[in-house]
Amino acid sequence: MKPMKHKTTVEAEDGKQELLITRQFDLPLELLFTAYVEPHIVEQWMGTKVLKLESKKHGSYQFETTDPNGNVVFRANGVIHEFIPNQKITRTFEMENGPFGVQLEFLEFEKLTEDSSRLNMLTVFRSVAQRDQLLQLPFAQGINMAHNRLQDIVSKLK
Amino acid sequence: MNLRRDVFQAIADPTRRAILLLVASQTMTAGAIAANFDTARPTVSKHLQILTECELLKQEQTGREIYYHINAKKMKEVADFIEPFRKMWDDRFNNLETIMKKYKSKK
Repeated sequence: MKPMKHKTTVEAEDGKQELLITRQFDLPLELLFTAYVEPHIVEQWMGTKVLKLESKKHGSYQFETTDPNGNVVFRANGVIHEFIPNQKITRTFEMENGPFGVQLEFLEFEKLTEDSSRLNMLTVFRSVAQRDQLLQLPFAQGINMAHNRLQDIVSKLK
Repeated sequence: MNLRRDVFQAIADPTRRAILLLVASQTMTAGAIAANFDTARPTVSKHLQILTECELLKQEQTGREIYYHINAKKMKEVADFIEPFRKMWDDRFNNLETIMKKYKSKK
Protein backbone atom coordinates (compact mmCIF):
# COMPACT_ATOMS: atom_id res chain seq x y z
CA MET A 1 0.00 0.00 0.00
CA LYS A 2 1.34 3.39 -0.94
CA PRO A 3 1.35 5.93 1.88
CA MET A 4 -0.51 9.12 1.12
CA LYS A 5 1.59 12.24 0.97
CA HIS A 6 0.57 15.00 3.35
CA LYS A 7 -0.95 18.10 1.81
CA THR A 8 0.40 20.22 4.63
CA THR A 9 4.06 19.93 5.61
CA VAL A 10 5.93 21.51 8.50
CA GLU A 11 9.69 21.91 8.46
CA ALA A 12 11.44 22.83 11.67
CA GLU A 13 15.17 22.24 11.45
CA ASP A 14 17.02 21.59 14.68
CA GLY A 15 18.61 24.67 16.17
CA LYS A 16 16.87 27.15 13.86
CA GLN A 17 14.43 29.81 15.01
CA GLU A 18 12.16 29.46 12.01
CA LEU A 19 9.36 27.23 10.89
CA LEU A 20 8.15 26.60 7.35
CA ILE A 21 4.58 25.50 6.72
CA THR A 22 3.72 24.56 3.14
CA ARG A 23 0.32 23.65 1.77
CA GLN A 24 -0.98 22.84 -1.66
CA PHE A 25 -4.63 23.79 -2.28
CA ASP A 26 -7.15 22.58 -4.84
CA LEU A 27 -8.13 26.21 -5.27
CA PRO A 28 -7.30 28.93 -7.79
CA LEU A 29 -4.73 31.38 -6.43
CA GLU A 30 -7.28 34.23 -6.19
CA LEU A 31 -9.63 32.20 -4.02
CA LEU A 32 -6.81 31.15 -1.71
CA PHE A 33 -5.77 34.76 -1.30
CA THR A 34 -9.37 35.87 -0.66
CA ALA A 35 -9.49 33.43 2.26
CA TYR A 36 -6.75 35.51 3.90
CA VAL A 37 -8.33 38.88 3.16
CA GLU A 38 -12.08 38.67 3.79
CA PRO A 39 -12.69 38.94 7.55
CA HIS A 40 -15.85 36.77 7.57
CA ILE A 41 -13.99 34.00 5.73
CA VAL A 42 -10.89 34.22 7.95
CA GLU A 43 -13.26 33.82 10.92
CA GLN A 44 -14.64 30.59 9.52
CA TRP A 45 -11.46 28.69 8.84
CA MET A 46 -9.33 30.10 11.67
CA GLY A 47 -12.12 29.52 14.16
CA THR A 48 -11.74 32.91 15.77
CA LYS A 49 -13.51 36.24 15.73
CA VAL A 50 -11.87 38.91 13.58
CA LEU A 51 -12.12 42.24 15.42
CA LYS A 52 -10.08 44.07 12.84
CA LEU A 53 -8.33 43.19 9.58
CA GLU A 54 -6.89 45.96 7.44
CA SER A 55 -5.41 44.12 4.48
CA LYS A 56 -2.99 46.75 3.27
CA LYS A 57 0.55 47.98 3.85
CA HIS A 58 0.84 49.37 7.40
CA GLY A 59 -2.56 47.91 8.27
CA SER A 60 -3.17 45.90 11.41
CA TYR A 61 -5.33 43.04 12.59
CA GLN A 62 -6.80 41.62 15.77
CA PHE A 63 -8.33 38.20 16.44
CA GLU A 64 -10.26 37.11 19.51
CA THR A 65 -11.86 33.85 20.64
CA THR A 66 -14.32 33.65 23.51
CA ASP A 67 -15.80 30.62 25.27
CA PRO A 68 -19.59 30.13 25.52
CA ASN A 69 -19.60 32.24 28.71
CA GLY A 70 -18.02 35.17 26.94
CA ASN A 71 -14.57 34.82 28.52
CA VAL A 72 -11.69 35.63 26.20
CA VAL A 73 -9.61 32.46 25.69
CA PHE A 74 -7.39 33.65 22.86
CA ARG A 75 -6.41 37.03 21.52
CA ALA A 76 -3.80 37.80 18.89
CA ASN A 77 -2.74 40.82 16.89
CA GLY A 78 -0.20 42.03 14.40
CA VAL A 79 0.73 44.59 11.79
CA ILE A 80 1.04 44.15 8.06
CA HIS A 81 4.33 45.27 6.57
CA GLU A 82 3.82 44.26 2.99
CA PHE A 83 0.66 43.43 1.09
CA ILE A 84 0.80 42.40 -2.57
CA PRO A 85 -2.51 40.85 -3.74
CA ASN A 86 -2.23 37.22 -4.87
CA GLN A 87 1.48 37.18 -4.06
CA LYS A 88 2.67 38.11 -0.65
CA ILE A 89 1.77 39.16 2.86
CA THR A 90 4.49 40.02 5.36
CA ARG A 91 3.17 40.57 8.87
CA THR A 92 3.85 40.17 12.57
CA PHE A 93 1.82 37.87 14.78
CA GLU A 94 1.61 38.03 18.55
CA MET A 95 -0.51 35.92 20.85
CA GLU A 96 -1.50 38.19 23.72
CA ASN A 97 -0.55 36.95 27.21
CA GLY A 98 1.40 34.10 25.62
CA PRO A 99 5.03 33.10 26.18
CA PHE A 100 6.01 33.05 22.50
CA GLY A 101 6.76 36.68 21.80
CA VAL A 102 6.26 38.41 18.47
CA GLN A 103 6.70 36.33 15.35
CA LEU A 104 7.45 37.54 11.86
CA GLU A 105 5.47 35.80 9.12
CA PHE A 106 6.27 35.69 5.42
CA LEU A 107 3.31 34.37 3.45
CA GLU A 108 3.91 33.59 -0.20
CA PHE A 109 1.05 32.64 -2.49
CA GLU A 110 1.87 30.81 -5.67
CA LYS A 111 -0.21 29.76 -8.67
CA LEU A 112 0.36 26.14 -9.70
CA THR A 113 -2.40 25.57 -12.28
CA GLU A 114 -5.75 27.27 -12.99
CA ASP A 115 -7.28 25.28 -10.13
CA SER A 116 -4.42 24.77 -7.74
CA SER A 117 -2.14 26.93 -5.68
CA ARG A 118 0.45 26.77 -2.95
CA LEU A 119 1.07 28.69 0.24
CA ASN A 120 4.51 28.95 1.84
CA MET A 121 4.40 30.39 5.32
CA LEU A 122 7.75 31.11 6.94
CA THR A 123 7.57 32.09 10.59
CA VAL A 124 10.59 33.56 12.37
CA PHE A 125 10.73 33.53 16.18
CA ARG A 126 12.89 35.58 18.48
CA SER A 127 14.72 32.47 19.66
CA VAL A 128 15.03 28.74 19.01
CA ALA A 129 13.58 28.13 22.48
CA GLN A 130 10.43 30.10 21.65
CA ARG A 131 9.91 28.17 18.45
CA ASP A 132 10.36 24.81 20.16
CA GLN A 133 7.98 25.85 22.93
CA LEU A 134 5.26 26.59 20.40
CA LEU A 135 5.75 23.22 18.69
CA GLN A 136 5.34 21.49 22.03
CA LEU A 137 1.97 23.04 22.83
CA PRO A 138 -0.17 20.18 24.09
CA PHE A 139 -2.20 18.42 21.46
CA ALA A 140 -5.31 19.20 23.52
CA GLN A 141 -5.13 22.78 22.37
CA GLY A 142 -5.31 21.74 18.74
CA ILE A 143 -8.36 19.66 19.50
CA ASN A 144 -10.05 22.52 21.32
CA MET A 145 -9.38 24.87 18.45
CA ALA A 146 -10.84 22.43 15.96
CA HIS A 147 -13.83 21.91 18.21
CA ASN A 148 -14.47 25.62 18.63
CA ARG A 149 -14.22 26.12 14.93
CA LEU A 150 -16.64 23.33 14.21
CA GLN A 151 -19.13 24.83 16.65
CA ASP A 152 -18.74 28.23 15.04
CA ILE A 153 -19.36 26.96 11.55
CA VAL A 154 -22.31 24.79 12.54
CA SER A 155 -23.97 27.64 14.39
CA LYS A 156 -23.60 29.84 11.32
CA LEU A 157 -25.34 27.27 9.14
CA LYS A 158 -28.61 27.80 11.01
CA MET B 1 -14.16 13.25 3.79
CA ASN B 2 -10.59 12.71 4.86
CA LEU B 3 -9.90 9.02 5.41
CA ARG B 4 -6.22 9.34 6.14
CA ARG B 5 -5.20 7.68 9.38
CA ASP B 6 -4.28 9.93 12.23
CA VAL B 7 -0.85 9.15 13.62
CA PHE B 8 -1.83 10.05 17.19
CA GLN B 9 -4.92 7.93 17.03
CA ALA B 10 -2.60 5.12 15.92
CA ILE B 11 -0.24 5.37 18.87
CA ALA B 12 -3.08 5.85 21.37
CA ASP B 13 -3.76 2.09 21.24
CA PRO B 14 -1.66 0.00 23.71
CA THR B 15 -1.33 -3.00 21.35
CA ARG B 16 -0.07 -0.77 18.58
CA ARG B 17 2.44 0.86 20.91
CA ALA B 18 3.64 -2.63 21.90
CA ILE B 19 4.01 -3.57 18.22
CA LEU B 20 6.11 -0.46 17.59
CA LEU B 21 8.37 -1.34 20.54
CA LEU B 22 8.79 -4.89 19.25
CA VAL B 23 9.57 -3.89 15.69
CA ALA B 24 11.88 -1.11 16.87
CA SER B 25 14.40 -3.73 18.01
CA GLN B 26 14.35 -5.83 14.81
CA THR B 27 12.44 -6.19 11.53
CA MET B 28 9.79 -8.90 11.83
CA THR B 29 7.17 -10.74 9.79
CA ALA B 30 3.48 -10.38 10.66
CA GLY B 31 3.52 -13.94 11.97
CA ALA B 32 6.46 -13.30 14.32
CA ILE B 33 4.77 -10.14 15.60
CA ALA B 34 1.44 -11.91 16.17
CA ALA B 35 3.20 -14.67 18.14
CA ASN B 36 3.95 -12.09 20.85
CA PHE B 37 0.28 -11.36 21.49
CA ASP B 38 -2.71 -13.28 22.78
CA THR B 39 -4.84 -11.33 20.35
CA ALA B 40 -6.25 -13.08 17.27
CA ARG B 41 -4.05 -12.93 14.19
CA PRO B 42 -6.54 -10.86 12.08
CA THR B 43 -6.66 -8.27 14.87
CA VAL B 44 -2.87 -7.98 14.81
CA SER B 45 -3.01 -7.70 11.01
CA LYS B 46 -5.49 -4.84 11.33
CA HIS B 47 -3.13 -3.06 13.76
CA LEU B 48 -0.24 -3.56 11.33
CA GLN B 49 -2.32 -2.14 8.51
CA ILE B 50 -3.13 0.99 10.52
CA LEU B 51 0.50 1.50 11.53
CA THR B 52 1.57 1.08 7.90
CA GLU B 53 -1.09 3.46 6.59
CA CYS B 54 0.07 6.22 8.88
CA GLU B 55 3.66 5.52 7.88
CA LEU B 56 4.95 4.49 11.30
CA LEU B 57 5.82 1.06 9.86
CA LYS B 58 7.20 0.20 6.46
CA GLN B 59 6.78 -3.09 4.62
CA GLU B 60 9.63 -4.80 2.83
CA GLN B 61 9.27 -7.89 0.69
CA THR B 62 12.09 -10.43 1.09
CA GLY B 63 11.40 -13.55 -0.96
CA ARG B 64 7.93 -14.73 -0.02
CA GLU B 65 7.91 -12.96 3.32
CA ILE B 66 6.87 -9.41 4.14
CA TYR B 67 8.95 -7.84 6.88
CA TYR B 68 7.90 -4.85 8.92
CA HIS B 69 10.34 -2.25 10.08
CA ILE B 70 10.11 1.06 11.88
CA ASN B 71 9.96 4.25 9.85
CA ALA B 72 12.46 6.20 11.95
CA LYS B 73 11.72 9.48 10.21
CA LYS B 74 8.02 9.33 11.00
CA MET B 75 8.67 8.23 14.57
CA LYS B 76 10.94 11.21 15.06
CA GLU B 77 8.22 13.49 13.76
CA VAL B 78 5.88 12.19 16.44
CA ALA B 79 8.56 12.41 19.11
CA ASP B 80 9.26 16.00 18.15
CA PHE B 81 5.62 16.93 18.66
CA ILE B 82 5.56 18.40 15.19
CA GLU B 83 2.76 16.12 14.09
CA PRO B 84 0.00 17.64 16.27
CA PHE B 85 1.08 21.08 15.12
CA ARG B 86 1.06 19.96 11.50
CA LYS B 87 -2.31 18.33 11.99
CA MET B 88 -3.73 21.55 13.44
CA TRP B 89 -2.67 23.50 10.35
CA ASP B 90 -3.78 20.70 8.05
CA ASP B 91 -7.26 20.80 9.62
CA ARG B 92 -7.39 24.57 9.28
CA PHE B 93 -6.31 24.49 5.66
CA ASN B 94 -8.74 21.66 4.85
CA ASN B 95 -11.40 23.88 6.29
CA LEU B 96 -10.23 26.84 4.23
CA GLU B 97 -10.36 24.69 1.10
CA THR B 98 -13.91 23.48 1.81
CA ILE B 99 -15.16 26.99 2.56
CA MET B 100 -13.60 28.48 -0.56
CA LYS B 101 -14.94 25.72 -2.80
CA LYS B 102 -18.45 26.63 -1.62
CA TYR B 103 -17.65 30.32 -1.99
CA LYS B 104 -16.59 29.70 -5.57
CA SER B 105 -19.76 27.80 -6.50
CA LYS B 106 -21.95 30.55 -5.00
CA LYS B 107 -20.38 33.19 -7.25
